[in-house]
Amino acid sequence: MSTMSSEVVKSSRQDHTAVKSSLWTQSMRKLRKNKLAMSGLIFVILMFLACFVGPLFSPYTDGKINVTAMNKAPSLKHWLGTDMLGRDVMTRLLQAGRISLTVGLASMLLSVFIGSILGAIAGYYRGIVDQVIMRIADLLLTIPGLPILFILGALLSEWKVPVDSRMYIVMLMLSFVGWPGLARLVRGQMLSLREREFMQAAVVLGLRDRRKLFNHLLPNLFPLLIVVATLSIGGAILSESVLSYFGLGVTPPTATWGNMIDSANNVIDFEKHPWLWIPPGFAIFSTVIAINIFGDGLRDVLDPKHKK
Amino acid sequence: MKNTLEIDRLSTYFYTEEGTVKAVDDVSIRVREGETVCIVGESGCGKSITAMSVMGLIEGTTGKVVNGKIGFDGENLLDLSKNELRTIRGNEIAMIFQEPMSSLNPVLPIGQQITEPLMQHQKLSKKEARLRAIELIKQVGISRAEQIFDSYPHELSGGMLQRIMIAIAISCHPKLLIADEPTTALDVTIQAQILDMLREIKEKSNMSILLITHDLGVVAEMADYVVVMYSGKVVEEGEVVELFNNPKHPYTKGLLKSKPIINQRQEQLYSIPGQVPNPLSLKESCYFHERCAQCMSICETQQPKLKEVGGSTQKVACWLYEEGIADV
Repeated sequence: MSTMSSEVVKSSRQDHTAVKSSLWTQSMRKLRKNKLAMSGLIFVILMFLACFVGPLFSPYTDGKINVTAMNKAPSLKHWLGTDMLGRDVMTRLLQAGRISLTVGLASMLLSVFIGSILGAIAGYYRGIVDQVIMRIADLLLTIPGLPILFILGALLSEWKVPVDSRMYIVMLMLSFVGWPGLARLVRGQMLSLREREFMQAAVVLGLRDRRKLFNHLLPNLFPLLIVVATLSIGGAILSESVLSYFGLGVTPPTATWGNMIDSANNVIDFEKHPWLWIPPGFAIFSTVIAINIFGDGLRDVLDPKHKK
Repeated sequence: MKNTLEIDRLSTYFYTEEGTVKAVDDVSIRVREGETVCIVGESGCGKSITAMSVMGLIEGTTGKVVNGKIGFDGENLLDLSKNELRTIRGNEIAMIFQEPMSSLNPVLPIGQQITEPLMQHQKLSKKEARLRAIELIKQVGISRAEQIFDSYPHELSGGMLQRIMIAIAISCHPKLLIADEPTTALDVTIQAQILDMLREIKEKSNMSILLITHDLGVVAEMADYVVVMYSGKVVEEGEVVELFNNPKHPYTKGLLKSKPIINQRQEQLYSIPGQVPNPLSLKESCYFHERCAQCMSICETQQPKLKEVGGSTQKVACWLYEEGIADV
């Protein structure tokens, strides 16, 4: 009997599984067809390359004050001009990009990490654990993000946190406001996933909770997490810029896109030296747009319920 | 022969807003070593809930096992802690579900899902588990095992997935396999293959099977012993041959009559009149009395007990076979 049945199986399904296609490779193929999303991705990659590799080729990386070259308009020597301390704007823009992109990426990773783990635990165990985690999340969600960030930022200035470590604290702050929304999303998905039949099968197999939670349930959320994470990088870059613009985030002399735009606050700079604030503004704008376009494309590909 | 599973007076109730549903009510079932016991009955009669109670899947729902004992290997499963239960599930008792399509995690490759219990219960290394998994895939009659190992569930057909489910279930050499309508979602030719395979595996490993089904054809093919359930109660049980040749309870008779017979074309298949009573409004009575052609006055007021009849192993819960009442 068994020989017969194995032959039946062999002949009927041979052609189908010949093409190896995981969900991942399928999605990548679809994504590559989405021109808009790909252009967003390419722009972001170029931006990253420019920021992390570009300054290596610049002669002005030391950030020294140069009294002879203050507020110079763009020229061949200084592509985007110089600021009021005679520093090369182009070089500062790219160095600022390092900080802004790193902060955006790192705070996204951290908030996705915290949010998905807490959300998963809340949704899986339910009961009192769920109550505690979700009420904390609710509390954070009831206060708008920016005021919290402002208060935290003001505290940083008050406590005289060293300039070098401010960047890391800004990351922590951003993920602190970022995780509750994500935790809710993950919890909701978890509540429905844990009732699915394959989870009952996992219980019956006698698998450990940790395994069920992180090896069986979380992988089902990866598409969702990837999309949310991508979109939240843009948000994090914006929030960091806003904070730095108000002098509450990363402070000069360390450049970020946000604190570079700060020069637009000065009426003379705003009118006479547009090369000081247009480039960082454009950098923020284009990077966030590119990330969001890419994120939307990803969502189209990964989220089956979100068909065009 | 030793008893592998001994369900003793098990009652599982569900507490809903409208009232208590006695999904399983005072049910005793015994599965001996190497024996196949079938639980038969219509939808909603408590077959699956019985199996879920054994596996401890009731916990976390609105239901509760309120009474009874589930003896397995000399231990009462209901007394075990979560951790102790976990070492038994998947290791000594395995279960196969009705829907192979939804019983496997769609985002994990087949191989990972087979190796996981092996690594957890048998403490195999990843490499050993992989070899064993491939061996198992071959054992359930699928060629190209290495390729299947890396496939995802959506790439396989229902019949293949059910084979994979069986491979996972037998991976740790369980003493008892609970199969909850394992062939209901499959087409007839695949059904036969799956059943043959189950029987073959059972004979080789002396495993006991608790098979839940509504398909009397499956029962005839697989069972050594049959338990007929109705509205959460056992109404009749007995050796398969005896029960099929000489059904006692009107419900069992009805079930057997409503089976189509090959080569006999009928205008209309027989069906038992009426429906399964609403589990919320059950009163002290024979639960089948409303649909029974031989209903007597006592059937409406008192519940019959499961008793042996005619000096055989067959037991029935029906007033018709109660001494001194049948003639009233």
